[in-house]
Amino acid sequence: MILIVDLCWKEDSLSRYEFVSPIEEIVRRAGFPSRTRHFASVQDADLSGAAAVILCGTALMDNFFAEHLERFEWVHECTVPVLGICAGMQAIAAVFGGRIEPNAEIGMTDVDVVGPDAIFSGRERFSAYELHSFAVTPPDSFEVLAVSERCVQVIRHASVPIYGVMFHPEVRNEWVVTQFLGQNTGTDAG
Amino acid sequence: MKLGVLCSGGKDSLFACWRAMQKEEVACLITIVSANPESYMFHTPNVRLAALQAEAADLPLVEVETAGEKEVELEDLERAIRIARERHGIEGVVTGAILSVYQATRVQRICHDLGLWCFNPLWHADQEEYIRSLIGEGFEVIVVGVYSAPFDERWLGRRIDAASVKELKKMAAKYRITLTGEGGEIETFVTDAPFFRKRIEVREASAAYKNYNGTYRIGSAVLVPK
Repeated sequence: MILIVDLCWKEDSLSRYEFVSPIEEIVRRAGFPSRTRHFASVQDADLSGAAAVILCGTALMDNFFAEHLERFEWVHECTVPVLGICAGMQAIAAVFGGRIEPNAEIGMTDVDVVGPDAIFSGRERFSAYELHSFAVTPPDSFEVLAVSERCVQVIRHASVPIYGVMFHPEVRNEWVVTQFLGQNTGTDAG
Repeated sequence: MKLGVLCSGGKDSLFACWRAMQKEEVACLITIVSANPESYMFHTPNVRLAALQAEAADLPLVEVETAGEKEVELEDLERAIRIARERHGIEGVVTGAILSVYQATRVQRICHDLGLWCFNPLWHADQEEYIRSLIGEGFEVIVVGVYSAPFDERWLGRRIDAASVKELKKMAAKYRITLTGEGGEIETFVTDAPFFRKRIEVREASAAYKNYNGTYRIGSAVLVPK
């Protein structure tokens, strides 16, 4: 079971359709069952039953999650792979000691791979959809795997499979999510 | 949160409006009337009838005209959103974008510049599930434009119902078209929605069609009791 975490400003919000439902659909199509929890209500039982966790993005105006970073402390002790998308990457970076900094980007941009990882399936450059008001300075315990002209685009923890991506893979780069799931759950998900 | 919904009169903008109403307060519809039938941003057939849809839904309408020149029309969109904010106090904008990065990016940028929220409740929605919800939740939708093979003139004025969806699915499987018309293959007009207090009855319409390209122009339409 894949735990999908909704980072929007409230549970069952109008943004859920845009930032959570597409991820649920990608996970479903990849053949994995999933459960979705709002970030304010993630329980230990949700984490212990998960094969991997995906933290979803939020609307440009929605930085409520960043005022409640204590809700993401569980990532430190998480024993399963984690993928943070946009707001999810910001939350991961912040709880490990990185910084969330103003940096707005809207639209398609080129992403260059600078640290090869199986998650890229051999790609060295790809075009990705950006929708963020903030970017991150990664914590020391993370490696930078990909960058754009404006900011760090992909990070990975140095020793455990915790990833952050700044772009939105649900738009034109679904392979990022399926590759993460396949690589980290021992299943070839495409 | 008070929201303004970008409304072309088609199914996507009005279904997005319905989704928004279920979560937040829709304060107005916003319509851009483009003089350019090839507009990248704004769907054109029968867009003036958005005023009748607004009346049916008992919602105020902000209507702004544009010459429809690429990128300049975005300034007109921004003007319309500013007017909606001034008149109706909107804090965010809702669109019916499903897959178009071009449209979504441009509306997101305008909202970001104006400090407004932006919502796209149909973004990357499963097409079959969306069409099923549209019909199941009480929308009456007719095809008012066809712009690609294999859509022939039979589709002009045709209602999107279970039978036409069945046919659309067969066509989508055989040709490279989207089930929802998101690729610009068809345009639609909503004559009834669950939040309409009255439904729209088309009294006069004319179809013009040639080589998989046609429009269904509604000459006269009125509101009638549901």
